[in-house]
Amino acid sequence: MSTRALAKDQPASFAFNAEMMAQSKRIIAKYPSGRQASAVIPLLDLAQRQEGWVTRPAIEEISKILDMAPMRVLEVATFYTMFNLAPVGKTHVQICTSVSCWLRGSNEVVRACKERLGIGMGQATPDGLFSVGELECAGACVNAPVIQVGDHYYEDLDFASAGKLLDALKRGENPACGSVTGRDGSAPAGSAVTLTEKPTPPPKQDFAAAKTAFEKAKADAAAKAAAPKA
Amino acid sequence: MPKLTIDGIAVEVPANTTILQAAELVGVEIPRFCYHDRLSIAGNCRMCLVDVEKSPKPVASCAMPVGEGMVVHTKSDRANKARGGVMEFLLINHPLDCPICDQGGECDLQDQAMAYGFDRGRFHENKRAVKDKYMGPVVETVMTRCIHCTRCVRFATEVAGVPQLGATGRGEDMEITTYLEGALASELSGNVVDLCPVGALTSKPYAFNARPWELRKTESIDVMDAVGTNIRLDARGRQVLRVLPRINEDVNEEWLADKGRHAIDGLRAQRLDQPYLRKNGTLEPATWDQAFAAIVARVKGLSGGKIAAIAGDTADAESMMALKDMMSAFGSPHFDCRQDGAALDPTVRASYLFNSTIAGIEQADALLIVGADPRKEAPVLNARIRKRYLRGGFPICVVGEATDLTYKYDHLGTGADVLAKIADGSHPVAAALKNAKKPMLILGMAALTRADGAAILAAAKAVADSCGLVKDGWNGFNVLHTAAARVGGLDVGFVPATGGKDTRGILDAAGKGEIEAVYLLGADEINTAKLGKAFVIYQGHHGDRGAHRADVILPGAAYTEKDGTYVNTEGRVQRALRAVFAPGDAREDWTIIRALSEKFGKTLPYDNLAQVRARLAFVNPLFAAAGKIQAAEWKAFGTAGAIAAAGFEYPVKNYYMTDPISRASRTMAQCTEEFVTGGARQKSSDPKTGTHG
Repeated sequence: MSTRALAKDQPASFAFNAEMMAQSKRIIAKYPSGRQASAVIPLLDLAQRQEGWVTRPAIEEISKILDMAPMRVLEVATFYTMFNLAPVGKTHVQICTSVSCWLRGSNEVVRACKERLGIGMGQATPDGLFSVGELECAGACVNAPVIQVGDHYYEDLDFASAGKLLDALKRGENPACGSVTGRDGSAPAGSAVTLTEKPTPPPKQDFAAAKTAFEKAKADAAAKAAAPKA
Repeated sequence: MPKLTIDGIAVEVPANTTILQAAELVGVEIPRFCYHDRLSIAGNCRMCLVDVEKSPKPVASCAMPVGEGMVVHTKSDRANKARGGVMEFLLINHPLDCPICDQGGECDLQDQAMAYGFDRGRFHENKRAVKDKYMGPVVETVMTRCIHCTRCVRFATEVAGVPQLGATGRGEDMEITTYLEGALASELSGNVVDLCPVGALTSKPYAFNARPWELRKTESIDVMDAVGTNIRLDARGRQVLRVLPRINEDVNEEWLADKGRHAIDGLRAQRLDQPYLRKNGTLEPATWDQAFAAIVARVKGLSGGKIAAIAGDTADAESMMALKDMMSAFGSPHFDCRQDGAALDPTVRASYLFNSTIAGIEQADALLIVGADPRKEAPVLNARIRKRYLRGGFPICVVGEATDLTYKYDHLGTGADVLAKIADGSHPVAAALKNAKKPMLILGMAALTRADGAAILAAAKAVADSCGLVKDGWNGFNVLHTAAARVGGLDVGFVPATGGKDTRGILDAAGKGEIEAVYLLGADEINTAKLGKAFVIYQGHHGDRGAHRADVILPGAAYTEKDGTYVNTEGRVQRALRAVFAPGDAREDWTIIRALSEKFGKTLPYDNLAQVRARLAFVNPLFAAAGKIQAAEWKAFGTAGAIAAAGFEYPVKNYYMTDPISRASRTMAQCTEEFVTGGARQKSSDPKTGTHG
């Protein structure tokens, strides 16, 4: 991770399109009036979805919408690495290189990107279609290594499967997200290795007998208490 | 009230006190960087960790409220180890550049590293380096030194009300910066330098000038505005190198406005260091004897009615007293301390004071500002209004041009006629003021310097009476002055005697030739072209407008160079001490007048400062009670009349240049360029080419 600053070349203006505007209004309405600044993260996200990255005019527009100082919005935008502060490719491939993914071979995934797309970390293809970025722990360590493209995670990658995935993306397809090995969520790969035997049912209890015994004991105690002391 | 024990000392403090505050009460010192009395609690430096019994970890004392029966140890092994660890972490990325750092010798980090740190580091990796940021002409940055306490960010957001500072990035990459590296556009920006516990933010004009232990410290009073900010002048040799605020809870808390802090480099330029005489149209150097002789030759024999005097905005009470006595000895009734012609009523003290007092703003619960721009006219006072505003329940209304005051307000219009409507109750604001327990009105100089100023004063008085601004133990009628000398001048009685002319009258009469000699005591804010053919004696310290017009120049002392008495806008008599001697042949002002009076054979009856002050106290007993405030009696004042609907013209258009000292100051010129004339700075990132003008 390096210092995050706004890109040098910025568009002249920003405005939410009609759909995003409607969404932003719905989000702002969730917060009590006077606390609308809480909507800053979702609004930055909307701006990024619209433009592909968070631009300076977008930051200023959001600060106006939420009645905040532009600096406060910039602070949030630079804090979260999920916000792109510079233009990215049409398909932005983010590779998790945090420790779990790295141990499970994220370097191979990076190599696959280099081979298929011809670009390394933090670079974009000249046609602007692809860019590759680093992702701080995606929180999907159990399916490491992981690539994030847009809202989708592609998991359990290696050199070959990452290459296949990138090829599909290059063809403009929309590959199914999740584990590329086909395992169900984060269930064990292959068959189960523990808890394989048939579960033993809990011992059957005879509640009627237990109740009779309890009542008998109660009656005995009462009789003992009532009996004159010897 | 919870009871707790701190280092074995039992103490009972109000609930919601923090451990750190409680420790301060019992005199136990807890080191801190991010915590500051006057800012919100951040709790991010962790230096104030203490050991609390039954707590599994050391706790940050600045953010932990006290609890019943708490047992706190600030010097236990665990507390010391925790601090040592925090200090070691802070020093990991702090450069070891103390020898070339301006903060050296007065650095919190340096001091606390001595007291609480280890004597060696265990960090062998690379330190981080951060690019320096541009923050304007008065704040120098060396951001690698920053420890991210965020005091500056909180100050800018909370006190100054300009939320331009912030922390971008996160973790190791966190950087303090202004939005897009713009200049910090606040009149209080210099205070971030005082707040910075390390050398990340230092004073740009003072950079590499001196070490704190070389400086001679003198207590003084700021004269750049009428707030009377308590300051400390740090001088070396014959130069005042910097100005720092002194803590005075009643006046400035611990803030100082940028003009008061940074205009002092103007004291080294354009100085009058010897007398001058106008010969054949040009000013030529002269001796004191020649200057006095020229004055005597021209003025002796003139009847009193042909002599006039005008006192300037930074004159001390002593010199105004002396000049008034001399004018009286001449038999002249024409003297005035109101250069701007403000329609202030000198006979009723309550009519020209900030009666609520500055500290009183915090008790007020409604505010009406008329014809004042407190942000520019009195930035420190404006910070107090903002402080009250942030607490909530403080509706503010403004009559006059709408400017950014750093707080929200209802704009009632630009015209003065609104005032009449409020006075007769037909305006909705009148009801709001009536319902308030402690309502305030601030009347600015923009309202009083107009031709209908007296009528506006009367209307304001009517508002005060009809809306219940003045009641038992509360006087909500306030005049906000712009000149440090003004209240002092009015208290001395440096206003036209019976039959005398005020500033406007003096200028008119001088233009017509009815007044033949005019004595300007540092008066530079008048239209000197109107003086006509009058013989002008200018006594002052800077070659400014008055001196340009003068026929004789008598070099006086600036506020740093004399023992002076100033009365601030709330009527507080404060004494400034001399930090350095005036340059060259210049003398303290009252002594010049005293010497001149002798040449006229009308020797003033005082030979030393104590005698002048005794005379001041005799004329007005208030001058005997320095530092105190005496409530002024509420009496009738003002002359009812027609009020024009025209808008107000605020007196301070360029905050950074309002008097001869700030006009001569290089730093203030840079500030003017940056903030007023606007955007002249070429950003280093923009390549400059030959085609740029």
